[in-house]
Amino acid sequence: MVGGASQSRARLSDQLRAWLQHHRLSAGDSLRRLMRNPLASVLTWLVIGIALALPVGLSVALDNIRAVSGGWENPAQISLFLRTEMSLGAAQQLQQRLNEHDDIAATRLVSREEALAEFKQLSGFGDVLRNLDDNPLPNLILVTPRHAELGSGQAESLQQELEQQAGVQRAVLDMAWLQRLNALMQLSQRLITVLGAILALGVLLVIGNTIRLAIENRRDEIVVVKLVGGSDAFVRRPFLYTGLWYGLGGAVLSWLTVSLALWGLRAPLSTLAVLYQSDFSLQGLNAGAGFSLIVLGALLGLLGAWLAVARHLSAIQPR
Amino acid sequence: MITFDRVSKRYPGGHEALSEVSFNIDNDELVFLTGHSGAGKSTLLKLIMLMERPSRGQVMVNGQNLKNLRASQIPQLRRQIGVVFQNHQLLFDRSVYDNVALPLLISGYSVRDIGRRVRAALDKVGLLSREKDMPITLSGGEQQRVGIARAVVNKPRLLLADEPTGNLDPALSAEIMTLFEQFNQVGVSVLIASHDLALISRMQHRIINLRNGKLITPGGQAGGS
Repeated sequence: MVGGASQSRARLSDQLRAWLQHHRLSAGDSLRRLMRNPLASVLTWLVIGIALALPVGLSVALDNIRAVSGGWENPAQISLFLRTEMSLGAAQQLQQRLNEHDDIAATRLVSREEALAEFKQLSGFGDVLRNLDDNPLPNLILVTPRHAELGSGQAESLQQELEQQAGVQRAVLDMAWLQRLNALMQLSQRLITVLGAILALGVLLVIGNTIRLAIENRRDEIVVVKLVGGSDAFVRRPFLYTGLWYGLGGAVLSWLTVSLALWGLRAPLSTLAVLYQSDFSLQGLNAGAGFSLIVLGALLGLLGAWLAVARHLSAIQPR
Repeated sequence: MITFDRVSKRYPGGHEALSEVSFNIDNDELVFLTGHSGAGKSTLLKLIMLMERPSRGQVMVNGQNLKNLRASQIPQLRRQIGVVFQNHQLLFDRSVYDNVALPLLISGYSVRDIGRRVRAALDKVGLLSREKDMPITLSGGEQQRVGIARAVVNKPRLLLADEPTGNLDPALSAEIMTLFEQFNQVGVSVLIASHDLALISRMQHRIINLRNGKLITPGGQAGGS
């Protein structure tokens, strides 16, 4: 019988169940609304997906470059310029001693004659050099350190040690190009981060604006729900789920986009790798990174929806 | 159930919609609120719903002084009150059933309880067979009955109606009023704003009369029911 005198209220113990029930209903209902308007929803998902795919794809590319450059285990080389008065025989003895050094992987002796010939050939100063009475170049030993990870300082300490050797004029550690590469990669990483932040902001605004339109479209419903006692959280919930679905869908699409792009690059890249006699293979988005992408997309969707809801929902009151 | 104590409402701009209004509505009472258009009937109902706050004076509803309710407590108040609107405020994107179920969903009833109560409410207003229909396919009188079913589905102790028969012909209007009387007979306090004097003077209930925001019928008079 309806209209009984007793005021009925849901029991307190039922509140959690009711809360979960409304979450379930809101989630399902907001998803059905998106599906009811497939073209508009897919377009929004694509916008979000592409915006996320750009920084994610660049980041994957950078990871691959890092993997390639990380493969060069002993990238540094120390050039030992020997004193000019040191004979070639003494230089060979020094080379043999260095070969027994624990921290040295390999050495190569470049005699002053070889160096001169190479210099003549490469510099284009052949005629000038031919007029010189004396060979100005010293004997040179190229030393490859066993441990030369960037930033570890091991190559630097080896360089200082070698400079103390008798007969060594100067020991030059040639890491500049590696440091440049490293700096370039750090710069790229920073650029990708900035780009990602800007695009994430764009995603936030796209979702916020989409939710704002959804709120506008459902103004009458919001008024009625507030009139019959719907709390702010109750009114908010479907819109937050809408944002969540937009973010999740966009993230899944961006994962697909990046995977497709990588798949397209795989064949030509492996051809290139074969030509360079490298066993390099393209690394895709692994499960952990993909999961992070999905979570990030969901958070962006939720946050964008929250911003729109906080801004526009309180303005709608029954009058 | 409802007590107004020297309540005034002045809107921004200076228009005083209600001035020094005092009256009391007992539990189980059915009262008509009448007056010319613009006399303050809607404002009075809005004060009970906390859609507006009074400029002066106090409003008590079901033992609560509304002055003490914060904005976050307003939904809880509204769940205790069933409201019927002149334009019924139905949602046209969902079925009759879902419209009536809305207050129960908000109050957190389980799906099974909702089904039972919605059907009971629709049965009461004679629309059980239309539960799957969309409101747009119903006549004006039927839409108003759906609005009433939604107002009572939560078994509120207080039922407010703002011109519930405004768009209906006399026969349908009488039918709607009879429905309100039936709810009143099972213990629901009912306050109906209406300017259909011919209809409400035929029914033996107390009438609160507003003119230019002032009460012109003594509020303490006993109502017959």
